[in-house]
Amino acid sequence: MKPAPFEYVAARSLDEALAALADAGEGGKVLAGGQSLVPLLALRLARPDVLVDVNQVAGLDRVVVDDHRLVIGALARHRAVELDEQVRRAFPLVSAAAAKIGHVAIRNRGTVGGSVAHADPAAEWPALLLALDGEVEVASPRGRRVVSAGDLYAGYLTTTLEVDEVVCEVRATLPEGRTGTSFLELARREGDFAIVGVAAVLAIEGDEVRHCRLALSGVGSTPVRARGAEELLAGAAADDAAIAAAAREVVEEIDPPGDIHGSADYRRKVAGVLVRRALSAARDEIGRMVA
Amino acid sequence: MSERRTVTVEVNGERRSGSVEPRTTLADFLRDELGLTGTHLGCEHGVCGACTVLLDGRSVRSCLMLAVQADGCSLRTVEGLAAEGGELHPVQEAFSAEHGLQCGFCTPGFLMATLELLSESPQPSEEQIRSHLSGNLCRCTGYHHIVKAVLRAAETMRGDVAASRA
Repeated sequence: MKPAPFEYVAARSLDEALAALADAGEGGKVLAGGQSLVPLLALRLARPDVLVDVNQVAGLDRVVVDDHRLVIGALARHRAVELDEQVRRAFPLVSAAAAKIGHVAIRNRGTVGGSVAHADPAAEWPALLLALDGEVEVASPRGRRVVSAGDLYAGYLTTTLEVDEVVCEVRATLPEGRTGTSFLELARREGDFAIVGVAAVLAIEGDEVRHCRLALSGVGSTPVRARGAEELLAGAAADDAAIAAAAREVVEEIDPPGDIHGSADYRRKVAGVLVRRALSAARDEIGRMVA
Repeated sequence: MSERRTVTVEVNGERRSGSVEPRTTLADFLRDELGLTGTHLGCEHGVCGACTVLLDGRSVRSCLMLAVQADGCSLRTVEGLAAEGGELHPVQEAFSAEHGLQCGFCTPGFLMATLELLSESPQPSEEQIRSHLSGNLCRCTGYHHIVKAVLRAAETMRGDVAASRA
């Protein structure tokens, strides 16, 4: 048997889960889809005293598109989001990103809330949330609170959430008006974690960029927003020159790690290329709407 | 600290129970408690796909689930594919005919993932097949024969459906 022994609580309601977690303190851990946690248990890199399984908690798996807003329950599986027609129409970058998470068998189990809380800097959801002005609603015995995506990530596999807090819902917003989006990533093989990923959101008014959000995965200990490039584009014409300048700015402003999958220089180069392609794709999407 | 629990599942149409520690994976439960050793364990941490089974019709890695989480669920494993008399399932037949296996270790996982694919997409493209099976590793075939086997199985199964409608 690979995992070390633990006490197992199958919570049937959120309150039950919160109570069990509060009792367990530092030794407690939430089990959602288990696609990251169970390997860690098997390798004994994680050895929780109490595992609080939230899979039977009802009502936590809704996927709702409401105009420019996307609300996803923490227990929604990646595969459900990937195949949701409303999401595909209103948030095509979310569908594209969800389809790149692991493999089908992983997406059948893995949950949105689990991925958001696991805080892998190479994962898709954290970067998506940053690009979509996202926020999470978390619950604890003290009540509920909302944490913006920008305040959620503290470091590698680490969020700013307390040990007794549970992510219940994830929300994302697109700017109104003429908006284009794109999600691109480079991985060695389908289903691998990305070496670099880019989520881009662009809103154009007249010929000018009114709103730009650029978030990258795989280039730091947390998902990273390319604020310098965003500022450069704001108010600029969305032409090839401006996009190329933004891509150069991203290369300058990020400080990626190097590892066996790619050196820091390689990641910087890939980030520049992906940002240019993602922004061009977002802009072209807007062009097609008008045409 | 972790007392044993009874887990009851429906496997290949049959109701089965066993007693496990909570830390027992679904894969170990199937193999050690229920004696269904057709589900193979390769990496045991969610990389190779050999242990893929269908849980309520969807593919899952049985090494990445606890047995207690499957309590009350319906499972399908490779043992549930062939007919009672031993006649192979069309997917098994196609893997055999197209040399979609050599050593056979990864095959149960490939068969179950293929079954899910063909239930969703009766006429998959080669690209769809490669994508759907990307989570299953095979070190023998180089995958070409597996893709051919899935295309053949899809054709056979579409024919079977057409014949049953006729």
